[in-house]
Amino acid sequence: MSGIFKSSLGKKYLMAGTGVVLLSFVVGHLIGNLQVFGPPELINRYAYFLHSKPALLWSARIGLLAALVIHVSTAARLTMENRAARPIGYAGGVAFGSTWQSRHMFLSGAVILAFVAYHLAHFTWRLPAVNGLGDFTKLQTVLDGKTVPDVYGMMILGFQVWWVVLLYLIAQVLLLAHLSHGIASAFFSLGLRNHVWAPHLQRAGLALSVALFLGFVSIPAAIFTRVIGADYAEKTRMELRAATQFEAALVRGKEAR
Amino acid sequence: MAVLNSNIPPGPLAEKWEQYKFNTKLINPANKRKYKVIVVGAGLAGASAAATLAELGYEVHNFVFHDSPRRAHSVAAQGGINAAKNYPNDGDSVYRLFYDTIKGGDFRSREANVYRLAEVSLNIIDQCVAQGVPFAREYGGFLDNRSFGGAQVSRTFYARGQTGQQLLIGAYSALNKMIGAHAVKSYTHAEMLDLVVVNGHAKGIIVRHLETGAITRHNADAIVLATGGYGNVYNLSTLARNSNATAIWRAYKRGACFANPCYTQIHPTCIPVSGDYQSKLTLMSESLRNDGRVWVPKKKEDCKKRPRDIPEADRDYYLERMYAAFGNLAPRDVSSRAAKQVCDEGRGIGPSGLGVYLDFADAIQRLGEGKVRERYGNLFAMYHEITNEDAYHTPMRIYPAVHYTMGGLWVDYNLMSNLPGLFVLGEANFSDHGANRLGASALMQGLADGYFVIPATISAYLASQNPGQRPPVEHDAFRAAEADVQAIITKLMNSKGKHTPTSFHRRLGKIMWDHCGMARTKAGLEAGIKHIIALRDEYWREVNVLGAANDWNQALELANRVADYLELGELMCRDALHREESCGAHFREEYQYTTADPEVQNGLVNVGDVKRRDDVFAYVAGWEYPGTTEKAPVLNKEPLVYEAAHMSTRSYKV
Amino acid sequence: MKIKLKVWRQKNRDTPGQFKTYDSPELNEHMSFLEMLDVINEDLANKGEEPIAFDHDCREGICGTCSCVINGKPHGPNRGVATCQTYMRSFKDGDTIVVEPWRAKAFPIIKDLVVDRTAFDRIQHAGGYISVRTGAAPDANAILVPKKDADLAMDAAQCIGCGACVAACKNASAMLFVAAKVSHLGLLPQGQPEREKRVLAMVKQMDEEGFGACTATGSCQAVCPKEISIAFIARMNHDYGKALLKGDPHAAPGQAG
Ligand SMILES: Cc1cc2nc3c(=O)[nH]c(=O)nc-3n(C[C@H](O)[C@H](O)[C@H](O)COP(=O)(O)OP(=O)(O)OC[C@H]3O[C@@H](n4cnc5c(N)ncnc54)[C@H](O)[C@@H]3O)c2cc1C
Ligand code: HEM
Ligand code: FES
Repeated sequence: MSGIFKSSLGKKYLMAGTGVVLLSFVVGHLIGNLQVFGPPELINRYAYFLHSKPALLWSARIGLLAALVIHVSTAARLTMENRAARPIGYAGGVAFGSTWQSRHMFLSGAVILAFVAYHLAHFTWRLPAVNGLGDFTKLQTVLDGKTVPDVYGMMILGFQVWWVVLLYLIAQVLLLAHLSHGIASAFFSLGLRNHVWAPHLQRAGLALSVALFLGFVSIPAAIFTRVIGADYAEKTRMELRAATQFEAALVRGKEAR
Repeated sequence: MAVLNSNIPPGPLAEKWEQYKFNTKLINPANKRKYKVIVVGAGLAGASAAATLAELGYEVHNFVFHDSPRRAHSVAAQGGINAAKNYPNDGDSVYRLFYDTIKGGDFRSREANVYRLAEVSLNIIDQCVAQGVPFAREYGGFLDNRSFGGAQVSRTFYARGQTGQQLLIGAYSALNKMIGAHAVKSYTHAEMLDLVVVNGHAKGIIVRHLETGAITRHNADAIVLATGGYGNVYNLSTLARNSNATAIWRAYKRGACFANPCYTQIHPTCIPVSGDYQSKLTLMSESLRNDGRVWVPKKKEDCKKRPRDIPEADRDYYLERMYAAFGNLAPRDVSSRAAKQVCDEGRGIGPSGLGVYLDFADAIQRLGEGKVRERYGNLFAMYHEITNEDAYHTPMRIYPAVHYTMGGLWVDYNLMSNLPGLFVLGEANFSDHGANRLGASALMQGLADGYFVIPATISAYLASQNPGQRPPVEHDAFRAAEADVQAIITKLMNSKGKHTPTSFHRRLGKIMWDHCGMARTKAGLEAGIKHIIALRDEYWREVNVLGAANDWNQALELANRVADYLELGELMCRDALHREESCGAHFREEYQYTTADPEVQNGLVNVGDVKRRDDVFAYVAGWEYPGTTEKAPVLNKEPLVYEAAHMSTRSYKV
Repeated sequence: MKIKLKVWRQKNRDTPGQFKTYDSPELNEHMSFLEMLDVINEDLANKGEEPIAFDHDCREGICGTCSCVINGKPHGPNRGVATCQTYMRSFKDGDTIVVEPWRAKAFPIIKDLVVDRTAFDRIQHAGGYISVRTGAAPDANAILVPKKDADLAMDAAQCIGCGACVAACKNASAMLFVAAKVSHLGLLPQGQPEREKRVLAMVKQMDEEGFGACTATGSCQAVCPKEISIAFIARMNHDYGKALLKGDPHAAPGQAG
C-alpha cells in the first residue's frame, strides 16, 4: 500500500482523491453562497447555523485543510519530478493535442491557493487591511432575537470594491481552468473511465466547472452591478462607518483620558 | 570439399519427426546449465529460440544489432501466418500444407523439413495465442482465417495488417520473461562481425558494439544464427534498411556452405520506385489481390492516359487471362514475372513505365466502399501517404520488388550447418521454401525453427560435447578472428576515398537488379559478375568513411555490410549462372516453355512459364568458400529426393 | 524544393550538443523525411563533414526506430504516422525545419538524433509477458475471446515502442507506452493470472527509470503513430489501484507495491 505515496500512479490517486474532496467543498460552498440571492435572513441564518455547530465546522475544516495540504504538497512533488524528467527542453516547442488548462494545472492551482488565502483573510478572518473598506467584524444584525454577524451585509459590501471583484473574477477563471481539466482527470486517475465513458465524463466535467464558474461569478457580478443588495449596500456602508466612527471616538476618548 | 549430409531420419514422412525426437539424446537437467548457447538475432526465429532454449535450462546469450530485440525485421510482416489447423473445415490438412509448400517452392526444397514445418504449424498458433497474440477473431470468439498468397484454403491467421509485429511482440515477451529471470543475457547494439571456428566446430563470435565501437569475443558450446534475409544486396527491397548479410556471410567465409543464393523472391505488389533518392520499397500486402484486379492497357498508346479514361474493352486483366484457375491470386513469382513481361512489352503505366494497375473499382461496386475500407483501410492510407493518390478513386500503381531470399546458409534436418555447432534458423537458412516461398509461410518457418525445432535438435549436438569444455576466448582462433575484424575496419577507415558507402550500395543494387533480377540470362549474369568485381575493386580504393571507429558510426556500419554484399552479389550471380534451368523465382530466359512443348499444347502452362530440369538440377547447391575471393567458390550438391510428393510441373492454370 | 535544416548535433552521451544549420541540396516533394536526411548526409559526407546520425530501420512505420522531433512535434506535422512516413510535401520550399532528438532524462542522447530507449525494454523485462512455457499451450480455440476484447487488445498491442509519447509529454511520462502493454495483455483471458503482478512490476520499473507522471494532457495520443488512446492509461490506473488495494497476502510485509 505504500505505493500510494511512492509511485507516480499512487500520487495521482492522492491528487484525484483530495481533488474530489476539495471539489465537493467547492460545490457545497457555492450552494451555500447562492443564498445571497434570497432575503438577507436566508444566508445569515445559514451562516449562523454553521457556526452554532463547532464540532461539525471544525471537523470539516480540518478535513479540508488536510485535503488541501496533501493536494498541494503532492502537486509540488509531482511537478518537481515531472520537470526533472526532461532536463533539456525543446527549441521548437509548440504544444499540440493538449489544452492550455491541462498543461498549467500547477499555475492555476497556485493562483487558487493564493486566492484561498486571500478569501480567508477577506471573509473568514475579516482582516480590515485586505478589503479596502474597514472592519467587517463590526457588521452585525439581529436574527430571531439574537445578534449575529451580518454575512449578507459583508458580502454586499465586500463586492462594492472593484479590485476585490476583479481578484475574485481572476481566481474563478483559474478555478474554471483547473476544474475543466481536473474533474475529468480525476476520474481518469482513479481509473473510473473507459473508451465509452471518457467523452461523456469530459463533457460532464466541463459542464460542472462552467456551472461552478457561473455560479461563483454571478455573486460578485450581481452585487457589483447592483442587481442585488443596492439599498442594503448603502445601509451597511453607513453602519460600518458609524461603527468605525464609534470605535474611533472610543479610541479618542481613551486617549483623552 | 564439405559433405552435405541432410541427416534426414528414417521412416515414413509423417513419422520422421516423432521418431527423431524419441531417438535423440537428451541432456540431463543438471548439465544443461553448463552449456552456453549464443543466439544471434531476435526476429521471430532468434527470439523464440533464445527464449525456449533458456526455458530448457541452457545459458543463453542473445545478440542483436538493433537497440532492442523488438525491432527485428520480422516486425514488418503484414499479411499473416499459415497453419494447417483446418478451423474453417475447407479441406486443409498437414499434408495439404506440406504439399502446397513443396509445390510452391517448385520442388526445390527438402521434403522432410517441409513436412515437419507443416506438422509444427499447429503448435505455433496455440503457443502464440497463449502468449497473448491478439489474432483476429470472429464474433463467436473463435479465431478467424483468411486465404492468402496463392492458397485455395483459408489457413492464414492474422492480426490486422500487423501479424509480424504481433508475433514478434509475442516472441519478444517470451524473451523478456527469460531476460527478467536472468536466464538470457541480452546484448543490444551488438553486431556480430565474425564467427570463431575451433577445430572445425563453431565455438564463438566476434562482436562490435555499435555505440562505443568496442570489439569483444564471446564463446559458447553452440552458435545459433537467426539473422534474417539478405535481400538488401539489391539496395532497394522491402526489407528494413539495416537488415544485412554480414553474419551469414562471415560464417560462409569461415567454412559454412551457402545454399541456393540466387533464389530471390520478387514480390508483385509493391509501390513503384519514384526517384533515385529512394531508400526503400514499400510492400502493399498481398491480401489486396483478394479483391483487387490487376491490369494494364492493351495498347501502348493508352499507357499515359488516365486509367478511368481507358474503356473496359481496352484493358488487359492479364493474370485472369493467363492463369484462369488462380487469376489475381497466382503465386508471387508468377505474378511478378507477368508484370515484368507486360511492362517489357511497353504496356507499363505510371511515370517510369514500370508499373501495373491494381484496381478496386469492381470490389467497391460489389462490396461498397465501406467494406473495402474496413478490409484494407490501413493499406489504402499507407498508399496515400506515400504516393498522395486515393486508391478508392483511382487504381493503385504497383510493381514487383525484392522481398525475400529463399537461399541462405545450408543446414541439415537438425538445422545445423556443415560446420558442427553452427545452427541457422529463419530466413537466414535455406531450408523450407525451395525456389519460391508462399505467402504467410516465413513467419511460420521462423517460429517453427525457434520454438519447436532447435530446442529438440540442439541437444543431439550438445550431447556430443563435454559440458563446461568450450574453448576460452583467449584461444588463438578468437584472437585471429578479432584481428581479422579489426583489419577490415581499419582498412575501411583508412581508405579515405571519394564516395560514400551508400553510393556503392546503390550501384551494386542496380547491377544486381539488372543482371540477377526477375529474368536472368547467361550473358547478363556473366556481365554482372564482371561489373561486381570491378565495383569491388573500386570500393576498396574509393570508399569514404568519415567519423571514428570507436564511436557510433553509421557510415562504418554500412561500409562493413556493403563490403560483404559486394562478395555475396557475385556468388548469387555465379549460382544463377550455374543453374541452367528455371525454377520458382529463378527465371533463366533460356529455359522457359514455348509453343513446341506438350505442356503448353495441353493447356497446362503458358508460353514463358518457368521450365525446370529435374534430371540435372534436382539438388541444393551448397557453395563453399575457397579461402579467397580470387578463386571460384566450390560447388557441393545435396540431391533432392522426393518420396511422398511427386515432382510435377507446377501449374496454376488449371 | 530546398530547405534549411536546423538540427541538433551532439558527439556522444557526455558531450553537450548544439544546433547547426545546413542548406539542403535540391530536394523533391515525394521524398520521405528520412530520404531528405539521406540526401543531406550524402552531401555532408562529400564535403568531408560527418553525417547526421539518426535512427531508422523499416521505413514504413512499424519498427518504431525512427525518432525525430520535427518543428517541436515528435514524428512531424501529420497525425498517425512515424517520422519515416512523413513526406517532404508536408513542407514548403524555403522552410527552415528544426529537428531534435527525443528529450527525456530516461532517454539519454547517444549521438545527434539517436537516443537510448532501453528503459522501455527494462520495463518489459519486469513483467511485459504472459508466463507460458513453449509447448504448454492448449489448443488455440480452447479459450474463446470476445471479438470486442480481442479488437481492443489489438488497439493497444499496436504500439511500436518508438517513445514519441514520452517525447511529446510535458512530463516525459511513459504512461501511454506502459498502459498499452498492460492493457494488451490484461484484456485477454490468457493475461488474467498475472494481471496484478504485471501492472505493479511494470509501473515500479517505469518510475525507477525516471519518467514523469501523467497529467492526462493527451499530447501522447496526439503524436502516437498508431493513435493509441489514453483511455488505456485510465485502464491501467484502474488495474494498479485494484492491485494495490488487494495486495498480496503472501508477500513479505513491505514488498507489495
Ligand atoms: C515487408 C515484409 C512483409 C512480410 N510479410 C510476411 C507475411 O505476411 N508472412 C510471412 O510469413 N512472412 C512475411 N515476410 C517475411 C518474414 O517477415 C521474414 O522472412 C521473417 O520475419 C524473418 O525472420 P527472422 O527471424 O529470420 O529474421 P529477422 O526478423 O530479420 O531478424 C534478424 C535478427 O538478426 C539480428 N541480426 C542480423 N544480423 C546480425 C548481426 N550481424 N549481429 C547481430 N544481430 C544481427 C537483427 O538484429 C534481428 O534481431 C515479410 C517480409 C517483409 C520484408
Ligand atoms: C478548490 C481547490 C481545488 C480543487 C477543487 C482542485 C481539484 C483538482 C482536481 C479534481 C484535480 C485532478 C486530479 C487528477 O488529475 O487526478 C486537480 C489536479 C491538480 N491540482 Fe488541484 N484543486 C484545487 C486546488 C489546488 C491547489 C491549491 C493546488 C496547488 C498548487 C492544486 C494543484 C493541482 C495540480 C498541480 C494538479 C495536477 C496534478 C497532475 O495531474 O500532475 N490544486 N485538482
Ligand atoms: S523507421 Fe521503422 S517506424 Fe520509422
